[in-house]
Amino acid sequence: MSKRIVKLMQGNEACVAGALAAGMKFFAGYPITPSTEIAEGSAEKLPEVGGKFIQMEDEIAGIAAAIGGSIAGFKSMTATSGPGFSLKQENIGYAALAEIPLVIVNVMRGGPSTGLPTSPGQGDVMQAMWGTHGDHPVIAISPQSVTEMYYETVRAFNLAEKYRTPVILMPDEVVGHMRERIEIPNADELEIFDRLKPVEGEDYIPYGVREGDLVPRMAGFGEGYRYHITGLFHDDMGFPTNSTVKAGVKINRLMAKITDNLEDLISYDEYLMDDAEIMIVAYGSTARTAKNAINKLRAEGIKVGMLRPITIWPYPVEATLARAKQVNKVLVVEHNLGQLMLEVERVVKSEAELHFLGRADGDVFVPSDIVKKVKEVL
Amino acid sequence: MKNSELVSKYMRDSRLPHIWCPGCGHGIIMHSIIRAIENLGLDKDKVTIVSGIGCSSRAPGYMDFNTLHTTHGRALAFATGIKLAKPDMKVIVISGDGDASAIGGNHLIHAARRNIGITTIVFNNNIYGMTGGQYSPTTPHGDFGTTAPYGNIDRPFDIANLAAAAGATYAARTTAFHATQMTNYIQKAIAHEGFSLVEAISVCPTYYGRKNKKGSAVAMMNFLKESFVDVKAAERMTPEQLQGKFLMGEFKHNTQLPEYSAEYQKIVDRLRKE
Repeated sequence: MSKRIVKLMQGNEACVAGALAAGMKFFAGYPITPSTEIAEGSAEKLPEVGGKFIQMEDEIAGIAAAIGGSIAGFKSMTATSGPGFSLKQENIGYAALAEIPLVIVNVMRGGPSTGLPTSPGQGDVMQAMWGTHGDHPVIAISPQSVTEMYYETVRAFNLAEKYRTPVILMPDEVVGHMRERIEIPNADELEIFDRLKPVEGEDYIPYGVREGDLVPRMAGFGEGYRYHITGLFHDDMGFPTNSTVKAGVKINRLMAKITDNLEDLISYDEYLMDDAEIMIVAYGSTARTAKNAINKLRAEGIKVGMLRPITIWPYPVEATLARAKQVNKVLVVEHNLGQLMLEVERVVKSEAELHFLGRADGDVFVPSDIVKKVKEVL
Repeated sequence: MKNSELVSKYMRDSRLPHIWCPGCGHGIIMHSIIRAIENLGLDKDKVTIVSGIGCSSRAPGYMDFNTLHTTHGRALAFATGIKLAKPDMKVIVISGDGDASAIGGNHLIHAARRNIGITTIVFNNNIYGMTGGQYSPTTPHGDFGTTAPYGNIDRPFDIANLAAAAGATYAARTTAFHATQMTNYIQKAIAHEGFSLVEAISVCPTYYGRKNKKGSAVAMMNFLKESFVDVKAAERMTPEQLQGKFLMGEFKHNTQLPEYSAEYQKIVDRLRKE
């Protein structure tokens, strides 16, 4: 094994590096703070590897062109932040229903509206889940460090390709803009998943799956399979249908891609949970602050630990529930006024006493904020 | 090629009949597109047809190519991704007047500005048909729609000249009545390397016609025949003769400017050589 390259890298740069390692060949987007470095890096690197970059006329066009690139057979990504994430919602639903693999990076800033463009936030957690209309499958991931930005970008591409669905990578602004040490893994250390293509010699049924399978094989346009893609509910051949039976089969299969694969999709981390009496639930940069606070509290003999969802959606329900039964109290800390808290509340129910610490003013938590809150709820 | 042969070669006949109303002009335009493709001898696997939302945007579902029915107004943005990713693909966008020039107006002018090799055929029926007859950006001033019960106070877009002004290197307009010329223009547009647009004037007897007392489908086709004048013939006509007339013809045809996806490919090739 060759030696890993060690670099000082920014989170957004690590996202581009991870995307290229995962096989990204197409990027379309629109400039927006604090995600712009992802577009800039893609513009520089993609043509070097035979890929394509385009800066579109608006956020909607950015995701639309990226979906087009994916339909043409290339691993595609777009990147944005708050207002742009709002604008992209309709086409996120399109990609979910039409089953187009795509990575959407949303570097979270302070909202609503233009809000606090250069300040961090975690206010898009529920939008990632419910932003586009209708029931739909969602995979959303929140990394906490530059290294994790790299690996989670690779994982986002792998999941998008494997499940033929849009995957939302949502670092907060702190993670997007921080610089820290990263060891870039060698290509042979990474597992890369490519979408499954039609089997040669077999009749191609664009949205048909074999018994027990959930993900149809995907032909790129121009590869010799002429078929139809639509954002209307469609039959196995891809053509619009008003059949409630066919629509039911389709939406249930879309949702089953998530619900039948929770183990593969869910990723979380625990810190000092084995003897914990209080559990903090935090993610992204907020979890790093919480970890520091936990160390301070532990030094005072307070038995506190943390569960950190890395996959935000689907939420790690079972892991949270198991720990909720062990601890007396759960404290959710997030950079909004209580979004993932609602999910934790749903899961924890009466298993433990639930507390919340949040802010949405653009400033970050410092460890003493969390130390103080834990002592308050003791 | 006979019409029946054309249909079996290029249409997904299991998807027919289409959803369009009796008397709708859209079928004529769809026919012109497949006839133009036949005349050009294109490989069906190397043709992608993209549409947005609306009556016209249902056309690709009936046509045996790589076909993509997208979100309202966004066909050109999806098509841009496909063309850039696969420059050897012939990419054709089918759009309506509302889809192309209202909700998708920004994408239209920017695709034209880039001169990306996409052919856009705008099926212009002067109304939102799918939603039941609301005024569109091409509904004539003073006409009626379900959302213009007192007469439309908007002024209409000239879509062909809008595209030409925005940078399209081929822009033409003709009507569903002038079917042979329609095929000819669409053929030239598809063969054109840069961004091309054909504004195909259609008729909507069901909504626009009924709301505005334009008579039967035949009467509306006759209106197209009598009121559209070729831009070259118009040069020899007096202002009095041009009263109430609309211009059709080729407004722009420039083969000198570079096509976008080819320009990007040059960057890729240069970097890969270094």
